[in-house]
Amino acid sequence: MIETLVFYVFAITCVAAGVLVVTSRNPVYSVLFLILAFFNAAGLFVLAGAEFLAMLLIIVYVGAVAVLFMFVVMMLDITVAEMKNGFRAYLPIGLTVGAVFMAELVFVGLVFTMAPDAAANIQAAAPSPDTVHNTRALGQLIYTQYLYLFQAAGLILLVAMIGAIVLTHRKRRDSRKQVIREQLARRAEDAVVLKKVETGRGI
Amino acid sequence: MATIGLAHYLAVAALLFGTGVFGIFLNRKNVIVILMSIELLLLAVNINLVAFSVELGDLAGQVFALFILTVAAAEAAIGLAILVVFFRNRGTIAVKDINTMKG
Repeated sequence: MIETLVFYVFAITCVAAGVLVVTSRNPVYSVLFLILAFFNAAGLFVLAGAEFLAMLLIIVYVGAVAVLFMFVVMMLDITVAEMKNGFRAYLPIGLTVGAVFMAELVFVGLVFTMAPDAAANIQAAAPSPDTVHNTRALGQLIYTQYLYLFQAAGLILLVAMIGAIVLTHRKRRDSRKQVIREQLARRAEDAVVLKKVETGRGI
Repeated sequence: MATIGLAHYLAVAALLFGTGVFGIFLNRKNVIVILMSIELLLLAVNINLVAFSVELGDLAGQVFALFILTVAAAEAAIGLAILVVFFRNRGTIAVKDINTMKG
């Protein structure tokens, strides 16, 4: 009973937050609603029994991706008023495409049945949550059977990081940089002049 | 109320996916919100994968969701970097202005 109630609270909040993400006029509100949607999706994951993915969703999405979005939204100089113009104009086509797509999904859902041999095609049977908890079970799988894919995922992140740095890095002409070569080439006799000053005379 | 099963999760995922598609078409003026809509789409797919993984007792679905999460993070980082560079060069992020590669 309580599980049903919690599911509906998370599900309704998640979908409502999703709708508000796309309909908010101010992109900052969109990012905040995106964070709300991710939190509620994480709640749904916990309810389904995928605790590790739930925590990952909060750490990766809320902690990294949403903050990245927030940075970019605040860094770019976007006028909110300008964004309002096209909203009304694109509403009909958006609603049409969205409704058609939802109708297609409903049709698929109506005729959907699980394949009879689905239970025989299990790739990695989940151990009982009473003996091995979800995080441990996933770890045992990732570091053995899916090790190469896991390494490839790390490589993708590395490439993304380098790509983002290369794309956004720029040389600034107005900033004075340290030139190590010139500093090392500097000698004492070039920089300092010793003068013998006679006592009581001054220079 | 019936107990929560596969169909409930699939319904939530379908609604989120529809919202994401709707958002892509609605926000032509703002590429940032389109990227957020894509994040919503990927989240819906992840909910689907986790729901089926739990229903069938197959952890491979959750591993797959993990990789989707990785790719989504990389995609968001690269997309936002491109967006920042584009804004620096053109001073706008409206989709209809992105046509300089047109012949």
